[in-house]
Amino acid sequence: MLISYNWLREYLNIDDYTPAQIAEKLTRSGVEVDILHELNKGIKGVVVGHVLECEQHPDADKLKVCQVDVGEVEPVQIVCGAKNVGKGQFVPVAKVGARLPGDFKIKKAKLRGQVSQGMICSLQELGYEGKLVSKSYAEGIFVFPHEVTPGEDALEELNLNDTVLELDLTPNRSDCLSMIGTAYEVGAILNREPKLPAPRVHTSGEKASDLVSVQVDSSEDTPYYGATIIRNLEIKESPLWLQNRLMAAGIRPISNVVDITNYVLLEYGQPLHAFDYDRLGSQEILVRRAKSGEKMVTLDDQERVLSEDHLVITNGEVPVALAGVMGGADSEVHEGTTAVLLEAAVFNGSVIRRAVKDTGLRSDASTRFEKGVDASRVKEAARRAASLMAELAGGTIAEGVEEADNRDTGKLEVELSLERLNRKLGTSLSDETVSDILHRLDFPLTKTSRGFNVAVPMRRPDLSIEVDLIEEVARLYGYDNIPTTLPDSVTTPGGLTKRQVLKRRSRRYLESAGLNEAITYALTTGEKEASVRPAHLEHEVKLALPMSEDRSTLRTTLIPHLLEALSHNRKRSIYDAALFELSAVFHTSVADLQFQPEEKLNLAGALMGTWQEHPWQQEKKQVDFYVAKGLVEGLAKELDTEGALEFEQAEIKGMHPGRGARVMVDGRYAGFVAQVHPAVAKDWSLKEVYVFELDFDVLTENTKGDVRYEPIPRFPSIDRDIALVVDEKVSAGQLEAVIREEGGHLLRDVKLFDLYEGENLEEGRKSIAFSLRYLDPERTLTDEDVTRVHNRVVEALEEKLGAALRS
Amino acid sequence: MIDRLEELQAEALEKVSRAEDLKDLKEVRVSYLGKKGPITEVLKGMGKLSGEERPKVGQKANEVRDAITSAIEEKEARLEQEELDRKLKEESIDVTLPARPVRRGNRHPLTSVTETLEDIFIGMGFTVAEGPEVETDYYNFESLNLPKDHPARDMQDTFFITPDLLLRTQTSPVQTRTMEKHEGKGPVKIICPGKVYRRDEDDATHSHQFMQIEGLMVDKNIRMSDLKGVLETFVKNYFGEDREIRLRPSFFPFTEPSAELDISCAICGGEGCRTCKQTGWIEVLGTGMVHPNVLKMGGFDPEVYSGFAFGMGVERLAMLRYGIDDIRHFYTNDVRFLSQFK
Repeated sequence: MLISYNWLREYLNIDDYTPAQIAEKLTRSGVEVDILHELNKGIKGVVVGHVLECEQHPDADKLKVCQVDVGEVEPVQIVCGAKNVGKGQFVPVAKVGARLPGDFKIKKAKLRGQVSQGMICSLQELGYEGKLVSKSYAEGIFVFPHEVTPGEDALEELNLNDTVLELDLTPNRSDCLSMIGTAYEVGAILNREPKLPAPRVHTSGEKASDLVSVQVDSSEDTPYYGATIIRNLEIKESPLWLQNRLMAAGIRPISNVVDITNYVLLEYGQPLHAFDYDRLGSQEILVRRAKSGEKMVTLDDQERVLSEDHLVITNGEVPVALAGVMGGADSEVHEGTTAVLLEAAVFNGSVIRRAVKDTGLRSDASTRFEKGVDASRVKEAARRAASLMAELAGGTIAEGVEEADNRDTGKLEVELSLERLNRKLGTSLSDETVSDILHRLDFPLTKTSRGFNVAVPMRRPDLSIEVDLIEEVARLYGYDNIPTTLPDSVTTPGGLTKRQVLKRRSRRYLESAGLNEAITYALTTGEKEASVRPAHLEHEVKLALPMSEDRSTLRTTLIPHLLEALSHNRKRSIYDAALFELSAVFHTSVADLQFQPEEKLNLAGALMGTWQEHPWQQEKKQVDFYVAKGLVEGLAKELDTEGALEFEQAEIKGMHPGRGARVMVDGRYAGFVAQVHPAVAKDWSLKEVYVFELDFDVLTENTKGDVRYEPIPRFPSIDRDIALVVDEKVSAGQLEAVIREEGGHLLRDVKLFDLYEGENLEEGRKSIAFSLRYLDPERTLTDEDVTRVHNRVVEALEEKLGAALRS
Repeated sequence: MIDRLEELQAEALEKVSRAEDLKDLKEVRVSYLGKKGPITEVLKGMGKLSGEERPKVGQKANEVRDAITSAIEEKEARLEQEELDRKLKEESIDVTLPARPVRRGNRHPLTSVTETLEDIFIGMGFTVAEGPEVETDYYNFESLNLPKDHPARDMQDTFFITPDLLLRTQTSPVQTRTMEKHEGKGPVKIICPGKVYRRDEDDATHSHQFMQIEGLMVDKNIRMSDLKGVLETFVKNYFGEDREIRLRPSFFPFTEPSAELDISCAICGGEGCRTCKQTGWIEVLGTGMVHPNVLKMGGFDPEVYSGFAFGMGVERLAMLRYGIDDIRHFYTNDVRFLSQFK
C-alpha cells in the first residue's frame, strides 16, 4: 500500500511530523514502512507556463516554436517536439537553469536555428513512471486540465512535493489497505482522532428500484450487494487533485467515473465497480456461481472459462463480471457512457481467492476482498463514490440503493483481563494505561471487575480473541517499555542426544582428515540421479509443481550433487578437492505417495586429484580407492563401530565394476565405497573420482557407549612374519580372516606389509606377506607357545586357501 | 732415563698438539703409549737401574704417561666436538623450504553458525530437536494456526508433493511435534535447526533451500519479558556484549504478540550505514508469544501454560557474521569459499 503524506493530512493533523517521523512511528508499532518515496526526484525551477503562440518550426517538421508566458515580464520562446502541444495550453515549463530528475540541467539552446529558453515537460520527464501517466499525455507533454496562473510552482500543482510511504503490510493488517484505516492507525499512535469524509448524496426524483433489481443466490458467498444508479454523467478527465492522488498511490488515471471508483477503493479499502447501465442488457442483477464451462470476456479482453467454484455477477442471463476480480468487457464504462450501475459489495474472501488462483488475475480489488473488507462501511463507500460522481461528472443519483443485505452485524465483544494481560507481558500496567490505549485505537469498551469488555470494530477483522487485544495494547504501549527478565521456571539440563553428538564427531573427524564440508540442494532430477541411483529405488518423491525441471525431485543419494560440486571446482581449475556432506535423502517404495517418505541421514564423500603432495621432495599421492576406504575405516573407528566393519567386493551401480566395495556393519549393509565409473564421471566432466556413501544410522547403530579401560599388557609381545604365495583370486581379506580365526586369543594384530605380483612368480599367483603379533596378557609367551599357534595358522592357510609359504 | 722420559713427553705433547684429527691422535697414542712404544721401552730397561733410582724413574714414567694420556683425551674430546659440529653444520637445512602439509578440511559456515547457536542455547538449558524435511500440511501449517485458505499462507510459497505432503517451509513444525511428545507437561525448551524450502527463485538474497533455527520455550508463567531476556542473552553472547536489541511489532500466525528482533548495527554502531540501510538496526529474527491455538494443538492448556518461540535464518546470521554478500555461495561448494571457514 502506498500512502501519500499529503493525502493522509486530509484525515489527520500531522503537520508537526515529517513523513520520515510518521514512517518511523508506524514501523515501530507494527506497520512496517518499507520505503519513503520522494515524488520530487531532484526537480528545481519548474513553473506553470501558458502557451501564447505555437507556430510550426520553419526548418523542422516535427518541432514547434512556442511563445510561453512563464509569469515573467516577457514571454519566453521554447522549441517543443511534442505532438500535443498547442496554443492556449497551461503546461509545466522547466526554465533555463532548472533541474530535472537525474540531475538533468536545462540550458538555453538553439534548435535548428531557433532559440529555445527552456523545456515544456511530460510527466515522465518530471519523474513519473510511464505506466502511471494517463494515456492522454503518455505520448507527449502534460497539459493542466484547468487554468493556472503562469509562473506558479508547477510542483505544487502536480503534488510533486509529496512523500509516499510504502507500507509492507503483514497479512493480518488488511485494515491499512486504505487511507482511512491508515489514518486510524496513525491516529492511535499519535493519540489524535481522524476526521473522516461525510458524503452527502442529493438524489434525483428517480427511484433506483424502478431501474434495477438485485438478487443474490447465496448470502454466504455475497453477504452484501448494493446497486446505485447514477445517470446523466459526462465522462471526462478527472480534476488534477484526484489524478495526483491516484498517481501517488500507484494507479493510472483513466476517466472521472473509473478514477472515482479507484479513489474510493483507496480511501475506504472498499472495491467498487461501475457498469455501463445501458450496456448491461437488462435491469436485473443476479449474483450466482458460474456454471461449469460458462464463458465470459473480462475487461482485459481475455475469454475466461469458468466453473462452479467462481462467483459471477450476471444480468439475469449472462455474466457481466467475475465477482470481486474483474468486470466484463461488454458492460465496461467508455467515453460515451452516460449512466452507471455502481456496485458496492462484500464477497466471501475464500471464493475470491479461488477465482484469483484459477485466473491468475490479482487486482487491487481482489486483494482487499481476499483479506476481508469492512462490511460496516460498504454503504458509506458507495455514497462517497456516488457523491463524487455527482460532483465531478455531473451525474444525478437515483433515490435509494437496491441491495441484498445479509451482513452479519453481530457485534464482537472480547473480554480483556488486566491480570492476564500483565501476566502475559510481564508488565504491571494500570487499567488507566490500558483503557487509554484502547481509546486511542477508538475501540468502544466497558469496564468490568476484571478488566474490560471491548467492542471490536469491523474494520479490524484480525482481532477476535483476548490475546489479539493484548498484542494491540503491547504494541502501542511499546515493546521497548516491556521489562527484560529471565524465566523463573525450573532449571533444565541442556545438551545433545547421542545421535547429535555422533553427527558432530563425524564432521569433526572428516574435517580433520582433510575433507571440506559441503551442503548441496535436496531437490534434483531423476535424470541426474539415473546413473547412480540404486536399482531398488524405482520410485522417487516428486514435487507437484516444480519451479524448474532441475529441481523437481527429492534426492535419493548425495552422490550426484557432490559430483556436481567437484565439477564446479574442476571447471575453475581446482583439480584437487575432497568434500563430504551429511544430509537427508528421501526413499519411497510406492509411486503414489500417501505418507511421508523415508528420510535417511546419509554421510557421503567425494574425492579427486592429489591427496598428499610435497613437490620439492618429489612426493605426490593421488587419491585412490584405499584413501577412500581409509576414511570410512577411520570414521568407523571414530564412531566406535570398527570391530564389525567389513568391506565386500561388489559391483555398485554407476561405479567402476572392479573398484567398489559394499560396507557392512555387523552384517548389515551400510553403504559403499568405490571409484565412480569413468563414463559416469565423464558426464560431470570429471576423471578419476572416489566416493563413499553411508547410511549414518546403520553406521552408528552399534556404536559403543562409554569407554571401558583395558589394562596395558605387562608382558612382551612376539612378532612373526608370514610370506605366502597364493592364487591371485584369493583376496587379502580372505587370508586375514583365516589368520584371525586360527590365531585365536593370542593373536593381537595382523598387518599386511607386502604385496607382489609379476616376475619370478608363476602366472596367476601373487605373493603376500603379513606380520602377526602374539601376546598373552597373563604371562610371558615362549617361542614354543607362539610356534604352535603360528604353525596352525600356516596349515590353515595352506589347507583352506591353497597358500604356500614362500621359500 | 729421566731425561729421556722428559724428552719423550715433550715430543708426544708436541705431536698431540699437532694432531689434526682422531686418526692422528690414535697414532700418537699407539706410538707413545702402546706396548711397543718408547715409554714401555724405558720401563723395560728399568731392571738395569739401581734400587734407589728405580722408583724415581718409575714414578716419572707414570707421570709422563698420565700427562700424555690426559693430553690425548683432552685433544680427543675437542676433536670429537669439532667433528660433531662440522657434521651438524653439514646437516643444516633450509628451514624456509615449504613444509609437508598436514591435511585439514573446513567446516561449512552454516554448520559452524548452527553449532555455535546450539551451544549457546544448550548453555541456557535447551536441548536440540529435529524433525522431517518432508512434512504434512497439518504440522507445517494447520497446527501452527494456519488453516487451509489462510491468507498468511501466501507469506510462504510452498513446494507441495501431494495436497497433504510438502517440503517444510519452516522449522516450526518441530514445535508441535515436540509439544506432542511432552504430553501437555512443561517445561519444553528446544532449539531446532534444519533445512527448509520455499518457492523462491535463487538470487543473491533468496534461495529455494535454506536453513532455519527455531526455538521454543513453554512452561507455566512464561512472559513476554522473559522472551526479551532470553533473546538478549543470546544476542550478547553471539553478536557481542555491546549489542543492543529492540523489538518491533510484527505478525506470525503462530505467535501473539509477535515481533521482529533487531540488533544494533555493528558496522556503524547505530549511526546508519549501507549494511543497516541507514537505520542503525539489523533485523535478525522473528519471535513472539506462542499463540494459544498452537499450544492447544500441541496438547498444552493455554490457561496454564504460556511460552515464546523464535526463528532465524542461518544464512542471514552467517552473512552478517562473515560479511558474505551472496547466499548462493553457501550451496555452490566452491573450495575457495569453503576453505575460509573454521
